[in-house]
Formats: sequence, C-alpha cells, structure tokens
Amino acid sequence: MVREPDAPMSRRALFRMIGAAAGSAVMYQAMSELGYAGESGYTGPIQLSGNVKDTSVLILGAGLAGMSAAYELRKAGYRVQILEYNDRPGGRNWSLYGGDTYTELGGFTQKVQFSEGLYLNPGPWRIPHHHYALLDYCKRLKVTLEPFTQVNYAAGLQNPAAFGGKVKRYREVQADFQGHVAELLSKCVNQGALDEAVSAEDREVLLEAMRDWGAVDASYEYKKGLLSSERRGWDSDPGGGTTSVPIPSEPMALRELLQSKLWRFIAAGHIYEFQSMIFQPVGGMGMIGKAFGRELEGVIRYNAKVTQIRQDANGVSVAYQDSKSGGATQTASAQWCICTIPASILGQIPLQVGAPMKNAIDALYYDAAIKVGLQFRRRFWEQDESIYGGITFTALPNALIGYPSTRYFDDGPGVLLGAYTFGANAFQIAAMPPEERVRKTVEWGAQIHPQYNSEFQHGVGVAWHRVPWTLGCAGHWTEALRAQHYDNLCAIDGRILLAGEHASRIPAWQEGALLSSLDAIRRLHQRVLASGSAA
Amino acid sequence: MSAHRWRLLPAVALLAVAALGARTVRSQEIFAGKYPQQSGEDLFRNICQGCHMPDAKGAIGAGSYPALASNPRLAAAIYPITVVLHGQRAMPPFGETLSDEQIASVLNYVRTHFGNRYRDLITPTAVNARR
Repeated sequence: MVREPDAPMSRRALFRMIGAAAGSAVMYQAMSELGYAGESGYTGPIQLSGNVKDTSVLILGAGLAGMSAAYELRKAGYRVQILEYNDRPGGRNWSLYGGDTYTELGGFTQKVQFSEGLYLNPGPWRIPHHHYALLDYCKRLKVTLEPFTQVNYAAGLQNPAAFGGKVKRYREVQADFQGHVAELLSKCVNQGALDEAVSAEDREVLLEAMRDWGAVDASYEYKKGLLSSERRGWDSDPGGGTTSVPIPSEPMALRELLQSKLWRFIAAGHIYEFQSMIFQPVGGMGMIGKAFGRELEGVIRYNAKVTQIRQDANGVSVAYQDSKSGGATQTASAQWCICTIPASILGQIPLQVGAPMKNAIDALYYDAAIKVGLQFRRRFWEQDESIYGGITFTALPNALIGYPSTRYFDDGPGVLLGAYTFGANAFQIAAMPPEERVRKTVEWGAQIHPQYNSEFQHGVGVAWHRVPWTLGCAGHWTEALRAQHYDNLCAIDGRILLAGEHASRIPAWQEGALLSSLDAIRRLHQRVLASGSAA
Repeated sequence: MSAHRWRLLPAVALLAVAALGARTVRSQEIFAGKYPQQSGEDLFRNICQGCHMPDAKGAIGAGSYPALASNPRLAAAIYPITVVLHGQRAMPPFGETLSDEQIASVLNYVRTHFGNRYRDLITPTAVNARR
C-alpha cells in the first residue's frame, strides 16, 4: 500500500486547529464531513481530555483491542467493564506453556508438556519495529522485548520436488539467484539489448552495480570461486595456520534454481512487516495480554459468553452466561459499547444494529491457520546446523520451521514452531485430531532435519478454525469487500462501535487491533463531548 | 562437521518423500493451494470435519458450527451448493479451491450419511450453474 505521510499530517494539523478553536464537536463534524474521521496512525499515547462525567462504557472482549480501550477510557474518567469469554486476558495474544490444558471445539483436549520456560505462540509471534502502538504499550506496561529473527542466512529452503529434496541454505539461494540474474542482465547490457532503455553513461553504472550486487567476476560471470563463495559460503571455510586454504562451493545451475522455485521464499523477508528489527516479548507473546490483564484487575469479568446485544437511545444492554457452567442469563449495561468480538462470532449473536453494520459483519469469514509446537531433547538446529533463530521454509505442508529466537546455546530441551500454515493445508491439518497434527508435522520436519526422529519428545497443535472463541485466525478482507463494507463496519451505530484487527487495515496483526481500538475510543470520546452531557 | 550436515541429506530426504507417497499432498498441489482428495468421504474427512466435526454434529463455543447431521436445510440441493461455493458468514467459500466434481462428491456424501437420506444426486453441472 502506498503511504502518504505528508498529506494526512497536514489534514490532522488542520483538524487540531479547528478542535482548539471551536471545540471537539465542531472538529468531529468537520472530520466527518471531509471523510477523515477514520484516519489512524500512532503518534504517542492517546489524549482524551475533557469532562466525561462518569460516562459508562461496556467493552466486549479482553483481547488487545478491548483491553487497550478499557485502559485508556478508564484513564480519561470513564467507568469501564469488560466481558470476556475465556478465563484469561489476551484473546489471540496467547502463549501455551507446560502445564496448560487446551480444549478445542469438538472437545479435543491437549495437555501441554513443554519444559519450564518453553512455549508456543499459537497466534501472533512477532512485532515489527514500525508497529508503534504495540511497542509503546509494551514499554508502558513494562513488557520486556528481545529481538525476533525472521531472516537467517543459515536457515534452510526446501522443496521435495527440487534438488532431490535436499535442503539449501538461504544464503546459497539468495547468492545464486542474485548472481545469475546479475550475469544475465550484464549480458543484456553488453550485447546492446538495453541500449534503448539505458543511456551509455548509466550502462556503466548498471554494470558496476551488477558486479557489486551479484558477485559476478570481471567478465560478468557468476561462477564457482572466491567471489561467489564469499556470499554463498564455502565447501571448507578459510582457517588458520596450515589448514587455512578455503575451498569454494559450487553454485547451483540457473535452470535448476529457477525450476526449484526456492527463490520464492527469499521475498518473504523483504516484506515491510518482516524487515529487521522485529521483536518478541521475553517469555512468550502472551506476556502482553497478561500485563494488560494485571492493569485491569477487577475490570474484566471472565468466563462470560455474550448471547445478545441490544441498544436504545440511552445505552446498551448485553446478555451473557457463564461460558463454562451455562446457567442463568445475566445482563450488563452501559451508556456505550465497544464490541471487539470477532466478526465470525458476532455474526451469530443477536445484535441490534442497522443493516449496513450487520451486513459488514456477515461479509467476513475467518482464514484458516494452524501452528504446531514441537519439543526436542536438544537444540540440534543450533548444535548441528548453526541455525540460531530464523525460519526454514519448505514446500511441504508444514510450510516452515521457526527456530526459537531466545535461549541460544541452551543445552535443551528446546521448542520449535514445526508448522505454520494457511489455506488448503491449514484446512486439512485442522481436520486432523491434534495428535495426528503433531505426528504429521514430525514426519514432514524429519525430511528437513533427520534429527527429529531421535530427538522429538512431544508437541501441541492449534488449528484456528477449532478455537472456540474465534472460528478462524483473522477476518478475510478483499479489496472488493473493503470497498463495500469497511466504512460501515467502522461506523458508529447508535451506541455501539466495533474494534479489533478486523476493523483495521492491518488485518491479523496486533497493531491493527490496537489502532482500531484507539480510533474507536477517539471517535467515541468526541461523540460524548459533542453531546454536551454525559448521557 | 556441523556446518556440513545438510550436505548429507539428499538420499534420506528422497526416501522420506517416496515413503509418504500417495497419502500426502504433492508439492505442486501445495503451491497451488488445491485439495487432492476426490471422493466425497475423503473430502469430508480432510476439510469439512475440521469445523463440522467427525460426526458432523457441529460444535458450540463462543459461537457455533452447525450440524450437518440430520439437517433438513440440506433437502434443497441449491442451498448447500451455494454455501460451499460462496460461503456464508463464518463459513469460508470453497468455489476457488474445489472443482465442480469435488463439491458434488462431498455434498452427495453428506446428503446420504449422518442421518441424511436425500436420494437426488447433485451433479457437477448443477454445481457449475451456481458459480
């Protein structure tokens, strides 16, 4: 997506001026009329100033969206209460540890046996350096962060249909692909094929760039030798003393490399969200949800299954039951409601909103995703393969192996992310009983690391379509759906606003959930102040 | 030795791929994101039961998955055809990942099992007409 940092900033400045001069009600009106009330972004902790006269807000869902809303609204003087289906804070911000029990839909129960301090993040597992809101909340809530490694040049790329299934190192594929492309492009230049597109002066620079970028030699060839091995690694590394002569490695042939499709895995690390630096909380992603939960002690009502949401001109009334024992229906009321229940669930709950919002909720299904965590006796990926963190990608159904970006050089045991799959593979793995998900993931992984066969201990597999409180991993938007429904999903319907990753343009990311929530409470606050009373 | 371990892999990996054989999805199909199963039962066991459960009785959590077992809404073929092709609320669409033949097969399987006894068979042509 193309960003226009300058234009929105100047608009924001204009609205601030209007707000300062004429009050927030007029500012809100101006923003709405110009269509920029939905503008988001993060420039620091939200400031909700003004007297809100004890206005009450009921928040549905104690994920990051719901908890950030409660945290900020309470600070601004609102009376807040959260209803949460689970018996813990966090929602999809979630880590599974040894001793945890997880029961998915259908009653399939897994007892997590991971050793002390080891975990699986079934949901989000990385925080890009430009997810400003999430990083700021981690700082404010004192959640300690450590680097998450996405790209590791020593990690593997594998396709069972190429190179006889042999795993290639990321650096080998990266170097050979660039080298061959640089050689081809240099040939085109030197044969005059680009004379029309590139001036004589620029052709010289382009050739120089190809030597630099692709490690081609003085005659523009990419071939076995010191130049290419400095990128792709050696058959025998340079050493000291009498054993110091390095032995260069043989690049892959262009044709075989192209047909292997291994190059497709290189681009993953070039995506904005996956560029360094990336962070993770020490001890598991769930540390953020826990920290929010501590801040909001007493505000969150756990084990509350929402069964109906009604509203009138004065407020909102929400019916709920105990999610574990059922029992009598109870009611929670407030003047306003921020609803962060996933659209996949919300679409099934009787909800008193207009057709535009209802249609928007019903338009979203949730994507399939699975994650499988495997514990091994020792960290063989480090000890045998020199892989410290990062990701091996494979064309096998497990899609990738994620190595832990923490506790390096520990003797073990260690937990790998053995599978993280979307789409057709995820649907098929979700259809397996949990123990089969784990067994198949070990089978696939053993084709990449034969050490699996001797070192595997136990595992846990989470399929997001079986998660009782989401029915999938994240809302599935297309451009057509956004054009038709997004504004209606985010609009204020009477006394109800929706928030969550599904009400953001960063779907499936925690940052999206936070920005959506902050935008919702900003608009709610403007409404409350504009109404002149706290009614 | 450690840095070179992966160079010893090819023979092992080849054997493992061969051993997986027809029971596992082939790599080309993984890239394409399609489903290799063809029979109605295989499709149900590898896709539908993920949400609708192995006994087709659905499940209830914060929300729910409807039962396909003994479900009168399967009586008129057009309804399940449309839902599978295009999705409906939490139900994802499968029109782009399953062929007309696969959708007909799985619907015929569900409509004749789990307490459903609908005698009219759904044809791939009938599925195609709703695309």
